[in-house]
Amino acid sequence: MDKLTVAPSPHVHGHDSVKRNMYGVLIALAPALAASLWFFGLGALTVILTSVLSCVLFEFLIQKFLFKTKPTITDGSAAVTGLILAFNLPSNLPLWIVVIGALFAIGVCKMTFGGLGQNIVNPAIAGRVFLLVSFPAQMTTWPAPAGVDAYTGATPLGLLKEGLHTGKSVAEIADLPSSTDMLMGSIGGSLGEVSAIALLIGLVVMLAMRIITWHIPVSVLGTMAIFAAIAWGIDPATNADPLFHLLTGGAMLGAIFMATDYVTSPMTKSGMLIYGFGIGLLTMLIRCYGAYPEGMSFAILIMNIVTPLINKYTHPKRFGVK
Amino acid sequence: MLKTFKIGGIHPDENKLSAASPIQVLPVPAEVKIPLAQHIGAPAQPCVEAGAKVKVGSLIAKAGGFVSANVHSSVSGTVKKIEDFVDANGLRKMAIVITVEGDEWEESIDRSTDIVRDIKLEPKEIIAKVAEMGLVGMGGATFPTHVKLAVPDGQKCEALVINGVECEPYLTSDHRAMLERPEEILMGVKILMKALQIDKAYIGIENNKPDAIAKLTELAKNYPGVTIQPLKLKYPQGGEKQLIDACMDRQVPSGKLPINVGAVVQNVGTALAVYEAVQKNKPLIERVVCVTGKPLAKPSNFLVRIGTPVSACIEAAGGMPEDCGKVIGGGPMMGRAMIHTDVPVIKGTSGILLMNKKESKRPEMANCIRCAKCVNVCPMGLEPYLLSKLASKELWDEAQVHNVMDCIECGSCNFTCPSNRPLLDYIRLGKGKVGAILRAKAAEAKAAAEKK
Amino acid sequence: MNSVLITIAVLAVLGCSLAVILYFVSQKFKVYEDPKIAEVEAELPGANCGGCGFPGCHGLAEALAKADDLSNMGCPVGGAPVMAKIAAILGKEAGSADPMVAVARCGASCNTRIKVAEYDGAKSCAIAASHFSSETACAFSCLGHGDCVNACQFDAITIDPDKGVVVDDAKCVACGGCVKACPKNIIELRPKGRLVQGINRRVWVNCVNKDRGPVAMKACKNACIACGKCAKVCKFNAIVIENNVAYIDHAKCKACGLCLNECPTHAIQATFPAPPKPKPAPAPAEAPQAKAE
Repeated sequence: MDKLTVAPSPHVHGHDSVKRNMYGVLIALAPALAASLWFFGLGALTVILTSVLSCVLFEFLIQKFLFKTKPTITDGSAAVTGLILAFNLPSNLPLWIVVIGALFAIGVCKMTFGGLGQNIVNPAIAGRVFLLVSFPAQMTTWPAPAGVDAYTGATPLGLLKEGLHTGKSVAEIADLPSSTDMLMGSIGGSLGEVSAIALLIGLVVMLAMRIITWHIPVSVLGTMAIFAAIAWGIDPATNADPLFHLLTGGAMLGAIFMATDYVTSPMTKSGMLIYGFGIGLLTMLIRCYGAYPEGMSFAILIMNIVTPLINKYTHPKRFGVK
Repeated sequence: MLKTFKIGGIHPDENKLSAASPIQVLPVPAEVKIPLAQHIGAPAQPCVEAGAKVKVGSLIAKAGGFVSANVHSSVSGTVKKIEDFVDANGLRKMAIVITVEGDEWEESIDRSTDIVRDIKLEPKEIIAKVAEMGLVGMGGATFPTHVKLAVPDGQKCEALVINGVECEPYLTSDHRAMLERPEEILMGVKILMKALQIDKAYIGIENNKPDAIAKLTELAKNYPGVTIQPLKLKYPQGGEKQLIDACMDRQVPSGKLPINVGAVVQNVGTALAVYEAVQKNKPLIERVVCVTGKPLAKPSNFLVRIGTPVSACIEAAGGMPEDCGKVIGGGPMMGRAMIHTDVPVIKGTSGILLMNKKESKRPEMANCIRCAKCVNVCPMGLEPYLLSKLASKELWDEAQVHNVMDCIECGSCNFTCPSNRPLLDYIRLGKGKVGAILRAKAAEAKAAAEKK
Repeated sequence: MNSVLITIAVLAVLGCSLAVILYFVSQKFKVYEDPKIAEVEAELPGANCGGCGFPGCHGLAEALAKADDLSNMGCPVGGAPVMAKIAAILGKEAGSADPMVAVARCGASCNTRIKVAEYDGAKSCAIAASHFSSETACAFSCLGHGDCVNACQFDAITIDPDKGVVVDDAKCVACGGCVKACPKNIIELRPKGRLVQGINRRVWVNCVNKDRGPVAMKACKNACIACGKCAKVCKFNAIVIENNVAYIDHAKCKACGLCLNECPTHAIQATFPAPPKPKPAPAPAEAPQAKAE
């Protein structure tokens, strides 16, 4: 017998790991990935591959040569960032812009703060917003999904905003897609945001694997639905119905995959509900009253920054305290 | 829907390897080492000298204060010496070493197996008897039983809660005791109820032990006031506060004791010992020890005399395996790893767990990903990630504000952490430091009050 | 044009009124502080290490300004030069304290220690010490997780795999942070010692094992076994043996080095080579940090 090991208790571990969680997210993203390939074809594939590979490569290079630590790219977190970033981009985006987005996401938003777990904003969203304000033309030119010839170059939210701007009422805007199209994903938009059903399957997978809890997605989507319902109830002519808002503009992608990012979301359940409410509210405010047709990314970014404050003021229900 | 506690909790692999193995009597060793400090509180004071002849059950050390316990000889023979030994943590502790000669018991001890049903003693006498026989909590905490039974003035006990949960993975000693000696345990419960002058008792058992639940439920019909409470499988149900919450739906407030909500908690092993002490006049000289672990050839449950070397127990369970990296006194969640196995079994040794080399090492640590899983599983509703960070930065005041003293050290946070961070290591450090600061402040306040 | 004028007017009025308010508020809540405190604080190094025993440099500056006698106070970081300047500011006499240095009194190191168990918890001496004695057979030994290294704000402590805890004389300011951090109470502040040929001469017992001789010897080959030979050979009665361990009183020790040759386990260490008599001992030490083994 060799020397005995001594360590403080507990002496067993639940076999959960960062890898399990990150690869779990990748699995949950698989249906949306399949949908994006189905609708956008080869363009989607090249954007996704470029984004994932450059994220992983930048993380490796920074850890290896700047931090001089053992690279941890195998934990899958860089791949998740890369995939989510790609899901937020149009499929015909020039690849060099994708690489810049990946560099900003990993290099500036993640590694500058110390790497995994230290960043204050979701790197993928920050990367997307960076590209959106830097390359607005390229970032808002959407190709039509395969097999759809009705419209090109605009998302349903873009059409809505454009239409309302020119003084039409919602019913008069002719090109708005049907709910079925929006659910399945045959609409214009970023790679991963178009198919609500694929994203919902991902939600079920993540809940089943206990990667996330229901609090954030439900509070985000719930807040959006309630806000939209009230606005729609007051004036159906200038406001779209709640279902339209839930199924378009990355609401699902944001609520399920981006708002639930571990690092930048609150630690307590009550905090998660507040955070989700904030995202839902801000998204709807931007969509209905802001200059941009779509507000999910900005809403999440803002609430990411509020997260430390939420953590400071919300605490779990303690044992023995009424 | 089975009852359980309301906040947090985890589901570790049960690994009850020795559940089917009946309790065997371990042979008396050639020499026993009986430590003077086997309980929480002041060490006992030896009342024998080297060369003295002792019998099984002779008093060899007297309680060193109110929160302390008598120590009795577990063998007959000659006191060889009273000296220090290196305990399982590598620290020097005093022990009485006795060379075994034969197996002669004190005459006052009733060694028959008949169940004595008539409780002759009055409540006060029962508590005195429990103190005399050196009883301590058998679950592992080793708090002197008579102290727990002495309800302070102004407090009222309403119910006795018996812990038959055995929520620690691997351990089966309580399970076997409940299966093999249910009548004695129920009699012990009856005696404890009389001592506390109450007529209500719950025996909480998790539903992974259906045989024990069935057996005790059947027998408990003859014991009015005793309720067998099946509980949903969840760790740390065996925690005092969690068990009261599960059985009685009452939550002990922060910083208070179970008696504040009218409950007294005892282990099933303690109930058994109480029965033997009060009805059979038998001091706490032996206990059921579960010797288990994946690398072990024969995981077993033994009835072991106090002072028997741990190595002898491992030998009886198939010998020390080649692939053994860690020996734990107690369960895998809250037990303490031993430095060496040449240490005696004491009153609080509920199990001896061997782990293979692979299990012995903690998985590699990664950055905290702020997944909030530790917050979700904490049974006390704390924020382990925060407490651990505060403790590592030595921010003791902040840690106190975030209720570090509420931590019951169950290890659920460490268990669940995907990044394998040593959360509990740091929280325990913080708890120790904050506790010391609070005690120093209290002592200062007391001194100032006395000055006036 | 008009709107520009209005804007300028509004901002001007706002600015003026706020300035007036601020002026009165600052008058009302003014706290008088001795200007000397600020002067003294400017001289202090500003490390806020707490080595002086006061809460940071400002705390020391306050205490110094108030004190009548400076001899018991002083900045361990700045040392005598800084204290002389401060004494000049305050118009008081500066105390004269020997410069001190942290000394780690344990011969165990990562490579030489005899391990009896392996620790696998959080890398912190405080946590390890609260769970068990030590990985080595010696219950008093250095745990090697580096709490002292983390406590040192001056980068003066390193843990060398072969030599154990090494203190850099030049960097150590004797703030005492490591002394407080060490759960085994191994580190002690001792006077740096007389400077001879570029070496601060000092001698110490490199062991704190309080076990009886045979037990200590078994646990570590460099343990003090309390044989008393050093105490006998010392001409200045500087060595006392208490609790099974020798201790050199630095007030009495003249750093002659006679005890170095006497110690059978080489538990006594010095910053200089052992004297050649009575028998020519090998003198491996050439740097101040080298051990006399």
